[in-house]
Amino acid sequence: MSHEAWNELKPGTIIEDPGSASNHFTGHYRKGLKPEFNELNCIHCFFCWVFCPENAIMTEAEKISGINYDYCKGCGICANECPVENKPKPLIMIKEVI
Amino acid sequence: MRANKVLDGNTAVSEAVRQLDPDVVMAYPSAPGAPMLERLAMDIANGSLDTELVNMESPQSAISGCIGASAAGGRVFSSASSQELAQMHEMLFIASSLRLPIVIGIADRALSAPINYYADHSDAMAERDCGWIQLFCESPQEAYDNIIQAYKISEHQDVKTPVMVAMDGWITSHTMENVSIEEPSEITDFMGKRIPTYSLLNSTKPLTIGSFSSPNYYFEHKLNQFQGMENSRKIIREVGKEFGDRFGRYYGYFETYKLDDAEYGIIIMSSAAGTAKEAIDRLRSRGEKVGLLKLRVFRPFPFQEIQERLLGLKAIAIFDRNIVPGSQGGPLYNEIRSAMYFCEDNLRPKIFPYIFGLGGRELNLSDIDNTIKEIKEKTEKVESENGFHFVNVRYRQVNNE
Amino acid sequence: MITLKQLASREEWFSSGHTLCPGCSIPVILKLVLGASRNPLVISNATGCLQMGSTLFPHTAWKSNWIHTGYGNASATMSGVTAVYRSLKKKGRLMDEKERKFLVIGGDGSTYDSGISSISGYMERGEDIVYLCYDNQSMAHSGGQASSATPVGASTTTTPAGTVLPGKLQTRKNITAIIAAHRIPYVAQSAPWNWNDLLRKAEKAFETKGPAYLNVLSPCPTHWNTDTDKSIELSRLAADTCVWPMFEIRGGTKITVNYKPRHKLPVSEWLKSQDRFRHLLEKENKWIVDKIQEEIDQNWDFLLSAQNEEETK
Repeated sequence: MSHEAWNELKPGTIIEDPGSASNHFTGHYRKGLKPEFNELNCIHCFFCWVFCPENAIMTEAEKISGINYDYCKGCGICANECPVENKPKPLIMIKEVI
Repeated sequence: MRANKVLDGNTAVSEAVRQLDPDVVMAYPSAPGAPMLERLAMDIANGSLDTELVNMESPQSAISGCIGASAAGGRVFSSASSQELAQMHEMLFIASSLRLPIVIGIADRALSAPINYYADHSDAMAERDCGWIQLFCESPQEAYDNIIQAYKISEHQDVKTPVMVAMDGWITSHTMENVSIEEPSEITDFMGKRIPTYSLLNSTKPLTIGSFSSPNYYFEHKLNQFQGMENSRKIIREVGKEFGDRFGRYYGYFETYKLDDAEYGIIIMSSAAGTAKEAIDRLRSRGEKVGLLKLRVFRPFPFQEIQERLLGLKAIAIFDRNIVPGSQGGPLYNEIRSAMYFCEDNLRPKIFPYIFGLGGRELNLSDIDNTIKEIKEKTEKVESENGFHFVNVRYRQVNNE
Repeated sequence: MITLKQLASREEWFSSGHTLCPGCSIPVILKLVLGASRNPLVISNATGCLQMGSTLFPHTAWKSNWIHTGYGNASATMSGVTAVYRSLKKKGRLMDEKERKFLVIGGDGSTYDSGISSISGYMERGEDIVYLCYDNQSMAHSGGQASSATPVGASTTTTPAGTVLPGKLQTRKNITAIIAAHRIPYVAQSAPWNWNDLLRKAEKAFETKGPAYLNVLSPCPTHWNTDTDKSIELSRLAADTCVWPMFEIRGGTKITVNYKPRHKLPVSEWLKSQDRFRHLLEKENKWIVDKIQEEIDQNWDFLLSAQNEEETK
């Protein structure tokens, strides 16, 4: 990617592209663990969604639909906060080969 | 219609600000410039001015508020002197880097310690590297004129750089002189409303202002800022001419007095130029070929124009009203000496650094007489230019025997 | 009451792709606070983790108007913005009539310490600004040094636990009480584990005319030396040990405690969960643990009694 020259920048360091950080992927922050989602036992409580610092829990029609690994930093909060008990959790942390 | 009033510098500034109808005044009092704000507060209290005046809790907050207000698209004014200006230091850099039009009025006053209440330029000169345009005023009239021009320069699309307008504390801020106050509608016509290119209040086009800039971008951001200051060179001249065409008082980077045929020159800023002019008249009546250059614009420093104007003089004495320990001269001296480096040797005047007037110490006519005598002698004897000269200060040889 | 599903259907105001550490609590707090506003926001952000991590030029995670100037002056900057807003509104020169909400965000360093004068200033002037402090109890972005929000006994890079000193010697500043002493309309303390509590408090803060303040615990895996998946759990533990009571104060005096743990856990549970307190569990430091417990109990009892008094009146 070529960066702008000084005379191409807008005066005053402004950025006019709201939310453009989403062009910057953060999946490489993961250090060997990633969450795996299995819809089978999901109760769609959305706790994983609200507690995910990366907005990496994807939703569709009021349901959890998966994980966006472009952004997921592998912190594991989603799996830790998943309240499903007495049956296999829909969110678990698994080894990721980098 | 133009009104001729007898006003001090502070009032002249507040008259100008009032006519420019700012959206916001960020107030934090600092002597001796506080009356600029007090008069605006009174106008608001009496309903003759429709401006939001916010009493801030510190100078740093006042200038931060100016940054916020300007980023929200408003026209904003504040004032500071001495310690209060120094407390703004960090934010002054941020205001200029964010390319925000802001004008602050300064009644120059010495910096502590020891604490002192009177005029010198140590406060404004300490801020010379923070990316602000700096205009210096000799009189209340110039204070009025410079404030109006400052807004026009600052808000210009090619400039978008903050401006500080400085006059000498007490000497100019509190001395009453005749001031021509222009018809408000003429000023409105000259200025127009500020049309910001962007605003934090435009919710349809959200902006991020003041991002984190990595080594990949920081240098480019600083050059972008640098260019705003460079562009102001042209705009300052244009605005000065436009102002002159309309109101009859022309402004450039500097004013000269009897300099055309002079052999010896005095370079000085602000109110002391009045003393210098008087001294030059006396010296001229004795047949001395002496002239004056009074600098108005310190930033951007007019290197080329100064160089052209001073070429061919035999010697010049540069009067700095602040002291920079460890430097070989005051800031004015260093800039001018640097400007003259590119002259041909036989055309370059001898340049002598003088420090005067610290903490309100007076500059007498005889001090200028002596200076001229001194630089004449040194020039004729081809003596070294090095070494400070301190004007009107006590020093006694201590005999240890 | 809004459900999480409804919240998820709203526009997100803070995007993915920021560079905050894995497991950071700040984006969770933001999701709830920003999501609570139904009006366009203007945000002033103090220098710190969030500001650095969200605006790596040319990218920005922000989707509302946002400005950063310096460290201790985020609310002073906002005072300027709101002054222009009032002025243009009065003069009829606003681009549109839609009501804006103004939010200042700072970490504990720029709130408890360097920013306190400009926060106090805007509150005294009664400006219509919400202040959000994400309190990770340290100067996290500069490397985890102590701030006045750092609790007693914590080992930080400037209050390290050594052979002579047991970490920070001073009790943390009670900022929420200091803010409440301004008698502003709304002050609240919350933590991200109780999303509903935080969301509701943020809604209240935005609805409030005049100054409102939210003090939110923001567990920091990087400087608390904890596992990244434990951030939310830790904020829950903070409430269950009454280290971080969840309460609100209206008008400077009316206190409501919003969460009372069924079983109040001993502070040792909190201390042993984080590396920064590990040294306190040694025998010779038991007096510090006792002191911390005593302070927590006093504070908790005070809150309960202050609330009860109000209710019985």
